[in-house]
Amino acid sequence: MASAKELCIEPAYCKGCGYCIEFCPADVLELVNDKVHIKNIDNCTKCGLCEMRCPDYAIYLEEVEG
Amino acid sequence: MATNRCRFKLLQGNEACVEGALAVGMRFYAGYPITPSTEIAERSSVRLPQLGGKFIQMEDEISSIAAALGASVAGVKSMTATSGPGFSLKQENIGYAAIAEIPIVIVDVQRSGPSTGLPTSPSQGDVMQAKWGTHGDHPTIAISPTSVQSTYNEIIRAFNLSERFRTPVIFLMDEVVGHMREGIELIPTEELEIIDRNEKMINGLPYAVGEREYIPHMPSFGTGSLYNITGLFHDDEGFPTNDNKMAHDEGLRLMKKIEVYKDDIIKYETIDTDDCDTLIVCYGGTMRAVLGAKERAKETGLKFGIFNPITIWPFPEEKLAELSKKIKNILVVEHNYGQILLTVQRIVKDNSNVHFLGKIDGTTISPDEIIKKLQEVNSNAQ
Amino acid sequence: MPSKLIEKHLRTDRLPHIWCPGCGHGILMRDVCQAIDNLNLDKDMVTIVSGIGCSSRAAGYMNYNTLHTTHGRAIAFATGIKMAKPEMTVIVITGDGDAAAIGGNHLIHGCRRNIDLTIVVFNNNTYGMTGGQYSPTTPTGEKGTTAPYGNIDGAFDLPRLAKAAGATYTARGDCYHVPLTIKLIENGIKNHGFSFIDATSICPTYYGRKNKKGGPIDMMHWQEKNCISKTKADKLSKEELEDKLVIGEFYNEPKEEYTDLYQTIIDKVGGKRNV
Repeated sequence: MASAKELCIEPAYCKGCGYCIEFCPADVLELVNDKVHIKNIDNCTKCGLCEMRCPDYAIYLEEVEG
Repeated sequence: MATNRCRFKLLQGNEACVEGALAVGMRFYAGYPITPSTEIAERSSVRLPQLGGKFIQMEDEISSIAAALGASVAGVKSMTATSGPGFSLKQENIGYAAIAEIPIVIVDVQRSGPSTGLPTSPSQGDVMQAKWGTHGDHPTIAISPTSVQSTYNEIIRAFNLSERFRTPVIFLMDEVVGHMREGIELIPTEELEIIDRNEKMINGLPYAVGEREYIPHMPSFGTGSLYNITGLFHDDEGFPTNDNKMAHDEGLRLMKKIEVYKDDIIKYETIDTDDCDTLIVCYGGTMRAVLGAKERAKETGLKFGIFNPITIWPFPEEKLAELSKKIKNILVVEHNYGQILLTVQRIVKDNSNVHFLGKIDGTTISPDEIIKKLQEVNSNAQ
Repeated sequence: MPSKLIEKHLRTDRLPHIWCPGCGHGILMRDVCQAIDNLNLDKDMVTIVSGIGCSSRAAGYMNYNTLHTTHGRAIAFATGIKMAKPEMTVIVITGDGDAAAIGGNHLIHGCRRNIDLTIVVFNNNTYGMTGGQYSPTTPTGEKGTTAPYGNIDGAFDLPRLAKAAGATYTARGDCYHVPLTIKLIENGIKNHGFSFIDATSICPTYYGRKNKKGGPIDMMHWQEKNCISKTKADKLSKEELEDKLVIGEFYNEPKEEYTDLYQTIIDKVGGKRNV
């Protein structure tokens, strides 16, 4: 069974610093009401840079079965 | 394995302190050289590795108590020893041990002060620092041995109290006792009552206490329970809190765990107190001079009783209050400018006249000085 | 819901953490967790020791044996734990003030002993918890609430200090170069001796604001552009290096470890192996 990665957000953790948005190479994210929001998931290359630089663990890639 | 092959030995107070500590299970020592306590570090460095224990000479007094606390957190009975200036430096981490509830024994072989003072003449000037040295309200247990034998016996009790109540215990020696040499009996481990900390956590919460209990049962690090220890006020999981109610409850519990069990902690000695007009209150190495004066009672005709608080903190208040009701004069003899004197005055109130003999010049108080003072007290009373 | 990594290594019921928006400490704390995860360490045998300050709040969030101690003394506490249980992996999370000012003496003596501890300094160049005073790593000329006219002190180069004092592994990471920083922490833990990792953090609230560094994103961009590898740095002139921060592994020369040496004493004088 092949595994895929899914982009997940935990809004309760987000403090709106904007790192994930600024350093996303594919313009996937935006800030809505001071919280990270997925603007365009189709652009996402699952590179994981957002997760690595999120100081608040509010955005991450998780393996999903599929 | 028995810690000692000979049951009787000629030892110095400082050496007896180490032997007693080893007998009760001390297996980690961290310290920094300072006279007149250095023999404690020296003997620990020889003896600990022989028993599989560890000794480390740290870079300063602060790191010495810190390392000892670290080892205790990992489940090893730990001790540090120092003298006046070093005792001042250790104060912050004594408070840490109190709030984090980490067992540790801190030996202070008192010397003349303030500051470097008269290195290293005898003194008993750290009695109040033992109680109030670290900032904030906190529980205190302090024990003051009077001889080499009592050093051996009382350091064992100090460890037991520290383990049982999960609190720092201050072992308040002085230069007189530390450097005194006597033949003593080294009661072996097998014959001792040894108390080890209770590590059976309540409801999986490291800082939780049972109903009408005051002491938590945190496990040692590395035994499979992952939790936090902090010097901040904390909840039952050990996580910091700013909640005023929780801070109140925790602060109160810390004080209560000593207050409620004070009868198990307090120890004192009374000599000839049944029928005396004058009572000497004295502790630690100065007791020798008082006993010297006592030996000469026949020759001097002076009759007096002695009250020796072996547990200095919490002070044996009830016993002294009771004695004061039937005694006219109380003479406090201590090697300072009047520290326990204040406590005695508070307890005795107007029951008796409280007199004082003390000094801060670095010389010991002699039996002659005590006899002279007693004669003065008696003549004023007539 | 948090990620699997966070769920496994942090006390998620305590999140979100207390650090300000854009604070680099959260990134660095995740780096430590990721390094522990990569090394497959048994969590029961990992202890995190911290001192006092913003950095040191990390311990409380991390789901290992955690000891949040007094200001500057983390390395001394850690020394006691390591002596008592040499089989334990002991990691110290500290700050620039905690490790290099009030705790500077413990740092150099830990290095000197080469005791197997891994020190990760969350270095934000300021005293954040107390409101932005200058620290031993605030660059000369920069401002703090106690350096209103510019800091006249020189700043420590912490990995150089650690190496000179005897550390057997020294490195510097940052918040931008995450995989590198994780690797440096991993290598530090793997080194059987005293390891020192200067992890450059980001403090937008005090250090950034006081020194007009812009917001968190500007500060992250600064690390992107100015944190350069040693190989790159070797090709630059002194002038070109002026606003650069060299990152990567600086020193990795194992030597005999302290608790091992102590064990040889115990073996020699007839003590048992386990206390």
